[in-house]
Amino acid sequence: MAGYDYDVVVIGGGPGGYVAGIRAAQLGLKAAVIERDKVGGVCLNVGCIPSKALIHQAELFRSIPNLKEMGLTVDTNGFDYKNVFDKSRKAADTLVKGVQFLLKKNKVETIVGDGAISGKNEVTLRDGKKVTGKNIVIATGSRPRIIPGFEFDEKQVLSSTGAIMLSKLPKKAIILGAGAIGVEFSHVFNSFGVEVHLVEMLDRILPIEDAEAVQVLARAFQKRGIQMSTGTKAVSMQKGAGGVSVLLESKTGQRTTVEADQILVVVGRTPNTDGIGLEKIGITTEKGFIPVGDYNQTKVPGIYAIGDVVNTPLLAHVAFKEAEIAVEHMAGKSPRPRLDPLSIPSATYCEPQVASFGLPEWKATEQKVEFAKASFPYRGAGKSVAVEQSEGFVKVLYEPKTKEILGVHIVGADATELIHEMLLGRSAELLPEDIAEMIHAHPTLSEAVCEAMRSVEGWAIHA
Amino acid sequence: MPEKILMMALSPTMETGTLVRWRKKEGELVASGDVLCEVETDKATMDYESASEGTLLKIVVQAGGQAQVGDTIAIMGKSGEDFSALLSDTRPVAAKAPVALAAAPRAVASVASREAPSAMPAAPPTGRVKSSPLARRIASQKGIDLRSLHGSGPDGRIIKRDLDAASAGAGAGIRAPGAGPAAIAAGPVYKPGPGDEVVPLSGMRKVIARRLSESMFSAPHYYLTVAITMDELLATRARLNEGREKKASMNAFLMAIAGRALLHHPKVNSTWNGDSIIRHTATDIGLAVAQPDGLITPVVRDCGKKGILAIDTELTDLVERARTGKLQPPEYEGATFTISSLGSSGIDEFTAVINPPGSAILAVGAIRKEPVVGKEDRIEIRQRMRATLSCDHRAIDGAVGAAFLRELADMLENPMLALA
Repeated sequence: MAGYDYDVVVIGGGPGGYVAGIRAAQLGLKAAVIERDKVGGVCLNVGCIPSKALIHQAELFRSIPNLKEMGLTVDTNGFDYKNVFDKSRKAADTLVKGVQFLLKKNKVETIVGDGAISGKNEVTLRDGKKVTGKNIVIATGSRPRIIPGFEFDEKQVLSSTGAIMLSKLPKKAIILGAGAIGVEFSHVFNSFGVEVHLVEMLDRILPIEDAEAVQVLARAFQKRGIQMSTGTKAVSMQKGAGGVSVLLESKTGQRTTVEADQILVVVGRTPNTDGIGLEKIGITTEKGFIPVGDYNQTKVPGIYAIGDVVNTPLLAHVAFKEAEIAVEHMAGKSPRPRLDPLSIPSATYCEPQVASFGLPEWKATEQKVEFAKASFPYRGAGKSVAVEQSEGFVKVLYEPKTKEILGVHIVGADATELIHEMLLGRSAELLPEDIAEMIHAHPTLSEAVCEAMRSVEGWAIHA
Repeated sequence: MPEKILMMALSPTMETGTLVRWRKKEGELVASGDVLCEVETDKATMDYESASEGTLLKIVVQAGGQAQVGDTIAIMGKSGEDFSALLSDTRPVAAKAPVALAAAPRAVASVASREAPSAMPAAPPTGRVKSSPLARRIASQKGIDLRSLHGSGPDGRIIKRDLDAASAGAGAGIRAPGAGPAAIAAGPVYKPGPGDEVVPLSGMRKVIARRLSESMFSAPHYYLTVAITMDELLATRARLNEGREKKASMNAFLMAIAGRALLHHPKVNSTWNGDSIIRHTATDIGLAVAQPDGLITPVVRDCGKKGILAIDTELTDLVERARTGKLQPPEYEGATFTISSLGSSGIDEFTAVINPPGSAILAVGAIRKEPVVGKEDRIEIRQRMRATLSCDHRAIDGAVGAAFLRELADMLENPMLALA
């Protein structure tokens, strides 16, 4: 460590940063994590975790009609969204404390402050304090993307952070952007009775997902009264005392004005790569992202970049993995040099859930990848009918000659959990027959996974 | 119900078997355990014992015909039963016409076939190949032998990436860039000229081609030669054999002494295993034995700890059965060291291709009288033999190979040293 304060200095204490710190400590490296706010980053504080708390409660609320079917009377008069919000904060706080504890337990030093690189092995905090490290990991994450004319004020024009931190719901909301975040907020807001208008520039909601899977979700949303305008862009916005009015333009050039109390702008995220001293070490970003090679190394030896600052999917679990790869590499281990892009799962929490990895059909076609497909409907698995969750399917894309799993798309209840059996299959290079022949407990939704694989082999029993 | 009798994999590497002889005739009653027929596998001729009882209704593959593992070779059932339904969906396998040289290479069944019966004798030390199901499927489709690859997955597991590298000849995963088994499988295609005979490959020929190419192309060979004065050993042998009806062979002496030398040089008694080297405790020495079409290496186990006569007794039996193709897989697999002798063919010295899983092979030539510069520069006439050791440089460095060969030579020149 000759002359350095630490073996590893990690800038940013989000999912990438704290995992880098802990993994480094596990491998016997002395590590520090610099965080300007709370550890856990967007994910724990204003992202994945609190939103799952909101979604969970939204789903409880949505099940009230089922309780009525049993003859129960539910008095919803006392409902106050503030309680829902408070619970989501409690979940976030609990987990932030958990991460603090883990860092401490592993003897990873947490340095509070705003760190920027000031030399090849040096990070300077805003207060002038310098920290040196043999290796530096840039894990500064990302922030909500701003579109001109729709700048956040977090009162009427909300970012995802603003939406998470709402303690009172609007009556009507426009949600701009139908990626995972937009779709999840549509689900939450609609569940609690907010009138939702979801606007997406591309041709369908969740545009990167498989079109067939999305169709199931879109039908469900439609049934629930969520208004969806796809192939539509927001041209301009006017703020008034009572709310916002937004001018929308469809593909055919048709313009309409819609009004709402608030607009939620969730059109992607911008990497936090400005003001962190990249110019000091000669790193230039590409579209805001830090270019990296194998093991997430930047072109400067000893400096790594992971998570949302690099151009891989902006997902917490991608950051986790990249943290492991970078740190294991600097510790002299030989991890896989990079992620297999076809083995990165995505999970969207709504009803029904959408989960996938690998190629969706549209992309396979676009990339001229030869594929065959098989799918199995949820209703073929007895449990789905018993628990009133029979909408959905498991779809597999595979290479026709070898039957290598190229992509899996699940839409339906618990899809985000079910996906992992398939993902293990791909990661371990199992073949459909391996999963098809494995005994699955009955009755489970996982039987639909098994049956989808049997469909690949041409012998689904309950099809 | 009549049932199909399928060709079984009678050795771990068997993909095709040749029906040598039917021991039961159509219409004959068969009890479980009866020998139905004799099958020539890639290494030996083996008895095919029936697992079922009944009447042999129909022989589908006649003597001389070939059948792939899993092919129907016969139908059994009750006498007089109608088995035409079974016959109609059975691929007709006539005694195969000579195959064109361009015939597509078939996958290696030992790794491709998941249905291979598990009742087979234990595989040799390097027999199990860690590989993903997808890798196995791609290998079988492309006709790549997984054992020729180096796995880059967890714990050396062969994964798809390694096969991609192999078929691209990129060299990332395969030990022999651009050559090796892929090259054998997809070798050049020649046209026979008028009057040329095209000889289809026997199972054994395919195995020899594959294994030795693999060895030659993946193991970097180097060769060390010594000339050994054999007078002492010949005299010792003569004394030992005096009055003995069955004379101990020179090979038994060589194996006993080589076994002892190996115990002193464990690095030579080793197997290159991709990401590790196995140093064997047993000194299992194979001896190359010629057969009408090919060769086989019966193995005498633990030569370093056995006496010459014990080795000789075992060897005599093994060699006799080797010549007639009657060895069982455990009797010819897994040699940790091999000796090949062409002395009786009048060869003075030669180099041999390493026989995996061993990492070295000793090629010994004829013993001949030669003038030798002896004490005080006197020319003496001595019995001399040349021996050449081929070593796999990945496992055995030059100095290590040399030290072994020198000690072996010293022991042969002065057999007392072997007892020291």
